[in-house]
Amino acid sequence: MKNILVVTSGIVAMILSSATFAGPREDLLTQYAAAAKVTSFSAARGQALHTQSSSGGKPDTPSCTTCHGKDTRSAGRALTGKTIEPVAVSVTPTRYTDPAKVEKWFKRNCTEVLGRECTPQEKGDWLTFVIGQ
Amino acid sequence: MRIPYRPLAIGVVTLAFSALVLARAQAGDRHFFAPVADLIVKEECGSCHLAFAPSMLPARSWQRMMGELDKHFGDNASLDPATAEKITSYLVANAGDAGGQRYSSKLLKGVTPGAAPQRITELPKWVSEHRKVPDWEWRHKEVRTKANCVACHTAAEQGYYEE
Ligand code: HEC
Ligand code: HEC
Ligand code: HEC
Repeated sequence: MKNILVVTSGIVAMILSSATFAGPREDLLTQYAAAAKVTSFSAARGQALHTQSSSGGKPDTPSCTTCHGKDTRSAGRALTGKTIEPVAVSVTPTRYTDPAKVEKWFKRNCTEVLGRECTPQEKGDWLTFVIGQ
Repeated sequence: MRIPYRPLAIGVVTLAFSALVLARAQAGDRHFFAPVADLIVKEECGSCHLAFAPSMLPARSWQRMMGELDKHFGDNASLDPATAEKITSYLVANAGDAGGQRYSSKLLKGVTPGAAPQRITELPKWVSEHRKVPDWEWRHKEVRTKANCVACHTAAEQGYYEE
């Protein structure tokens, strides 16, 4: 009886949280999916984007991991020495909840690393990757 | 068996390094530079590096910097015009030459009138305050760049540069 109660309230809580506050992260993913004309994203492709080295951007920032670190659950460090909170949502739950902030940094950081902006597909994949981390 | 000692050794070296710098920085005068209190400025100017105290540069420096954010020391730090305007007003109102802030004007000593220096770390006074810091300290992996004030001034976020 107790177990059933816990399970049901768990489910109710889940439904409530995803329905009432259609989370800003989910909204972003929906937008990216619409823009990319796809129905799902791939965490594996997001991880590849995160760890790959690119020669298209600035020489001192070849990869997302240059600043965000190799371990998504550990803090990263900007080139100026400033600590950057972990990108994994499990460790920094406040992440990717302000769409303007997310867009601003995608634009800055993709240009920095790849020498171009990220596509909606890449943004969706990357976001899916760190949400699952 | 050998592996566990390595992180320990690195920890000790780092600790020794900060103790050394701390001891030396403490020898200086008491200098307080009011930290950024505005939340927007803190967010927009404090994510890539410490949100530098506005009193460390004159108003015209901030005005010029805010007009060239797309070419910000090799980075593109562009903001939407409304946010940029708010930030400019804050920086200018709290600049080193705005209204008799005695300690701050000390850091501006020697700046050519009318000049708009873009780096705190190139102000004549800043350079002379740091002339005794040896080369290896600037190159230390915990420091990386002169602009990383927090590496040596652990209370820089709070505005204190004496320790
Ligand atoms: C030059 C250093 C640097 C590089 C390289 C870098 N980032 Fe970032 N990133 C930052 C900083 C600084 C922030 C803002 C501070 C924060 O959010 O903690 C940030 C924030 C972000 C955010 C917003 C986080 C949020 O909470 O809304 C996203 C998204 C992001 N980065 C994605 C990427 C991706 C994708 C790459 C690789 C293509 C990348 N970054 C490479 C420094 C970097
Ligand atoms: C996208 C990252 C980024 C953002 C955002 C950013 N900066 Fe910077 N800033 C840099 C880099 C990189 C440097 C050069 C640091 C170095 O020389 O090590 C720098 C240097 C500076 C310096 C000179 C430091 C010195 O050497 O004395 C000042 C002052 C400064 N920034 C102010 C600002 C202000 C004000 C804002 C907000 C409008 C801002 N920054 C936002 C990346 C950024
Ligand atoms: C490598 C370590 C290091 C870094 C990085 C560093 N400082 Fe310093 N700073 C010192 C030391 C050591 C002193 C004390 C010098 C002395 O007394 O001879 C000092 C002194 C000062 C003073 C004078 C304080 C006093 O009591 O006289 C100011 C102001 C200051 N630093 C500001 C800054 C700012 C702003 C930055 C970043 C832009 C910065 N420092 C970066 C090591 C550092």
